Amino acid sequence: MSWVWIGIAVAACFCLKLVGLLVPERALSHPVIDRVAQAVPVALLGALIAIETFTVHHRIVVDARAIALAVAGVALWRRAPFLVVVVLAAATAAVLRWSGLAG
Amino acid sequence: MVERRMPGSGRERAAVLRNAVGIGVAVGTYGLSYGAMAVSAGLSAWQTQALSLLMYGGSSQLALVGVLASGGTGAAAAATACLLGIRNLFYGVSLAKLLRPRGAGVLPTAHLISDESTAMAIGGASPASARFAYWSTGTVVFLCWNLATFAGAMAGSLLTDPKSLGFDAASSAAFLALVAPRLRERGNQLVFLLSCVVAVGASTVTGSGLPVVLAAPAALMVLLIPAERSPRPDAKARVSGESSDGRKVNS
Repeated sequence: MSWVWIGIAVAACFCLKLVGLLVPERALSHPVIDRVAQAVPVALLGALIAIETFTVHHRIVVDARAIALAVAGVALWRRAPFLVVVVLAAATAAVLRWSGLAG
Repeated sequence: MVERRMPGSGRERAAVLRNAVGIGVAVGTYGLSYGAMAVSAGLSAWQTQALSLLMYGGSSQLALVGVLASGGTGAAAAATACLLGIRNLFYGVSLAKLLRPRGAGVLPTAHLISDESTAMAIGGASPASARFAYWSTGTVVFLCWNLATFAGAMAGSLLTDPKSLGFDAASSAAFLALVAPRLRERGNQLVFLLSCVVAVGASTVTGSGLPVVLAAPAALMVLLIPAERSPRPDAKARVSGESSDGRKVNS
């Protein structure tokens, strides 16, 4: 990633924070805006999870990553701490690949 | 449990500082993961650290790295990071009332906006304690995030084959941990499933991280499901319990 794009992203993210502090409160307080704004991260994170787990170079692939994600899901359901969830998922994928059970 | 209504300003401040350090440690575990994933996705250690210092937004940074790791362009990564930063716009609106920043003070106030600092400020019993909670939490979390990023980037640089250690799977697990608390709401469940389908479908035809951006309008589907409870600000939900278990932090 080039420094130019990093600079643009940094500037844009800072502007979002700054504008929030500066705009009049009424400009953004509407229940519809509020709900959509809260759902945007859900959509983006869902998309990232799906792409990182089920695709390889424009192809749909189910492999060790899907099993690792399932393990992470169970760990989260059992209210495991963040680091435990991440390490469990990585270890699952690593073991499956190392043992040759899944790619 | 986050203590926030201790009588007496000395005890209240001590409680706020204790919470801030606890949150900082939890954020550190995110920072470690971010640092290690960023260098294995191809960012240099300098770029990894610069993002933590200057962008300073956990989920924006992790998403940027995620797009790069899946072969996306810098433009797609930057766009995704900005979309995840939209949340901070709304935090700013809530914080402006509480903190009333003046003059140039608005710049550092803006920079330290995060899920954690907002949650702690909203939890403050009075304007003075809100300000103290905001600045102490903001500073501690900023330091922890950056120190952990550095440690993670150094550790990540030593790895020769991140995939053999399951790093690609760790990244999805991190995103799932970020989104999990929001999936209790039915509207969000619908958005989540639809965005997964749209992104995977789009990735078979277009590349370069674009599918993630294309999935963003799926958020509009939340409007099809009536709100279950009166919508409450994200940050307040977090104060009531999710920031203290170290799981739902710095998203």
